[in-house]
Amino acid sequence: MIWNETIECASREYLSELQSKRLRDCVNRVYHNVPYYRKRMQEAGLLPGDIRTIDDLKKLPFTYKQDLRDNYPFGVFAAPMSEIVRLHASSGTTGRPTVVGRTRKDLDIWSECVARSLFLSGVSNKDIVQVGYGYGLFTGGLGLHYGVENIGAAVVPASGGNTKKQIQLIHDFGTTVLACTPSYALYIADAIKDAGLDPAKDLKLRVGIFGAEPWSEAMRNEIQTKLNIKAHDIYGLSEVMGPGVACDCEFQNGLHVCEDYFFPEIINPETGEQCKPGEVGELVFTSLGVEGMPLIRYRTHDLSRIIPGDCPCGRSTVRIAKLMGRSDDMLIIRGVNVFPSQVESVLLSMSETEPHYMLIVDRKGTLDTLTIQVEIQEQFFADNIKGLQAVEKKIKSNLESVLGISVIVQLVEPKTLQRFEQGKAQRVIDNRKF
Amino acid sequence: MKIKQLSVFLENKAGRLSEVSDILGGAGINMTAFSVADTSDFGILRAIVSQPEEALQLLKNAGYAVSLTDVICIKCPNTPGSLAKALHVLNAGNVQIEYMYAFSMGEIAQVVIRPADIANCERALETHGIELVSSDKLYTL
Repeated sequence: MIWNETIECASREYLSELQSKRLRDCVNRVYHNVPYYRKRMQEAGLLPGDIRTIDDLKKLPFTYKQDLRDNYPFGVFAAPMSEIVRLHASSGTTGRPTVVGRTRKDLDIWSECVARSLFLSGVSNKDIVQVGYGYGLFTGGLGLHYGVENIGAAVVPASGGNTKKQIQLIHDFGTTVLACTPSYALYIADAIKDAGLDPAKDLKLRVGIFGAEPWSEAMRNEIQTKLNIKAHDIYGLSEVMGPGVACDCEFQNGLHVCEDYFFPEIINPETGEQCKPGEVGELVFTSLGVEGMPLIRYRTHDLSRIIPGDCPCGRSTVRIAKLMGRSDDMLIIRGVNVFPSQVESVLLSMSETEPHYMLIVDRKGTLDTLTIQVEIQEQFFADNIKGLQAVEKKIKSNLESVLGISVIVQLVEPKTLQRFEQGKAQRVIDNRKF
Repeated sequence: MKIKQLSVFLENKAGRLSEVSDILGGAGINMTAFSVADTSDFGILRAIVSQPEEALQLLKNAGYAVSLTDVICIKCPNTPGSLAKALHVLNAGNVQIEYMYAFSMGEIAQVVIRPADIANCERALETHGIELVSSDKLYTL
């Protein structure tokens, strides 16, 4: 079943025309309402009239996460506060969060896109959908929630965590669809097994909608087997909208993008040039039709490619390949964005340590762990285990309050971690297999 | 009679202790006694060595986090109850001990003690006639 055949099965000509019109509206809106965008366009010698069709998009400058942060909190909003009805903030915790504002129309667009994602995943109004994404500033929970209501299915707003309760709800309510992060899905799968339940016999789960962190095809297979479901990949980022920007269909070969609202480009992250069709590069989104905080050529730093050709599902919307990693050093650990620079700033703020560190990410069982190796500073070494453990504890609690996830801190000998005098520092060892 | 003990930070990683002993051995520095305290991810090597200052410099140059710590060393007969007697003295004198380690040779046992308050500890031991080992003697054992 296709939620919106008019758009999702539209001809290329129709889509291009719609995109071009919406791009013109969007450029006009930001040029006149957002000083930041006006300034950037003026610097590039552009007037709104220079952007006529979607092909003119490449003339416009990129927008970076840092630009949003520099305009914290509401500096890039393109609608007056009287029209903003919802605020969210990204899980990225590099200093200031990234705040997004949505108008009523934006929320309608969002629940439209999530509705398409749900239909892409084979969900209908007969389903009971348990949302195990966190509800709150994070866009995961509320984003899925309104989409489920939009298609007329029953939503179980379980939010994240409390696995025992999740399983009880899945079992007692006969939940048919689970939406959460893929790592949490695996965790739930193992807990179901530990509880002595057999998903095939004891549960009615049949579909999973998983996103907010990168996951491999191998992980998809594992989840599908363990939970006896079909697992779909949903993509989105809070700056652009939240979950529902793209989702894969029954053929699980690439994610169909809601390209009438979010136009995807794949660019070479080094040169900024658009890649040839099928080439891997950085995913860049431009919002079309969004009012509260439209983004022009927003750099996601997520790596993907456009999958050429038609999809047998009948939809004509463009497909992007399952995400292939990041073009920057951001890590996504248990759904939380972690930048090595955050660790560095914490260590720099403490006198007991050197800002020499290494991040090691492992997947133990189903959950990701982050170990941070820190060199102790020679002058702070005393012949005292308690003292060293106190330092270790202090680093741990400072890091955890900034990163928002629990970490393991390991003190290591001075000057044993690799030094990076030239080139880009490699401070991350990611042992997870995506 | 304070003794300079060498304290070295060690990661719990194969080969660290042997590397330290290679460095010291290579420079002709002898270890009279040592102990290793460990936690799940790091340890501290504590050693009495023949030339503490040289050992400190050598290990520093080799990139170790290392320091010298004042300890005292007592000597008692290697017989049942001798250690207990010394410990009673410390107890009575309200001397808190952070850690200690011991080694015995023939009829003599020597106990290295790191008290919380070194002056207090020395006083308590001396007033009760417990023999302290001088650094010259201990370093060259």
